[in-house]
Amino acid sequence: MARCRVGDPDGWRILVERFSRYVYAICSQGYRLGPEEAEDVFQEVFARAYEQLDRLRDDAAIRPWLAQMTRRLCIDHIRARRQDDPTDVEETAGTDATIEYLDEALVVREALQGLSPECQDILDRFFARDESYRTISDGLGLPGGTVASRISRCLKRLRDQLEHMGRNDRH
Amino acid sequence: MDNPNQPGPTEEQVAGLLAALPPVPRGWTEAAQELPLLRQSLDGLVARAESDDAFRREVLADLEAALAEVGVEPQPAALAALRARLT
Repeated sequence: MARCRVGDPDGWRILVERFSRYVYAICSQGYRLGPEEAEDVFQEVFARAYEQLDRLRDDAAIRPWLAQMTRRLCIDHIRARRQDDPTDVEETAGTDATIEYLDEALVVREALQGLSPECQDILDRFFARDESYRTISDGLGLPGGTVASRISRCLKRLRDQLEHMGRNDRH
Repeated sequence: MDNPNQPGPTEEQVAGLLAALPPVPRGWTEAAQELPLLRQSLDGLVARAESDDAFRREVLADLEAALAEVGVEPQPAALAALRARLT
């Protein structure tokens, strides 16, 4: 955050990388926007964040700030689309629950950064990119059995990492 | 994940949470990361719009045309960047 505030392009690059999946997931899962609308909102969120970043005093507030901005822009887009529809866009309990779940998913994603690059890659391929054992095996040049055992081992490490982070948060 | 009797999520829950954040479609993240560079190419346009209210309204009414005039492709990232600076 400090690097972004002084105009370091690498700082901005890292910030976008860190939150891009989260912002996209709010658009696509929280508000079920189609690809075109989701892309407009996604770019709008980061464009506004870039312009307004110096107003954010507390670095820890970045996630809720981006979430709130994304939610507001999603609603604006849905309202604009429904100009002729008198029913307003309502925030449902379902949307709140989805975004809470995405908050947890972001914590897991951050814990993933603490694992080896091999573990990060294979877990991302299998769970987030939904690649099959065969695709992963071909992509990484590993025997099928090794893919399964590595996923299992890395998943256990990720869970341990989260447990460790949870313990540190409590102390 | 907040169950006090359990130190963290199960492996199954972790797997579900990993799946909840799939990759962003190709090119979106990269476009947002290029904002600092893009911003520079919009500086002249924005400066003129800030000093001339009629021109600012004209730009806001047709962002795509304004971007085309300064040689910037009217992709979502460029439209969003210009809108963010003028509103």
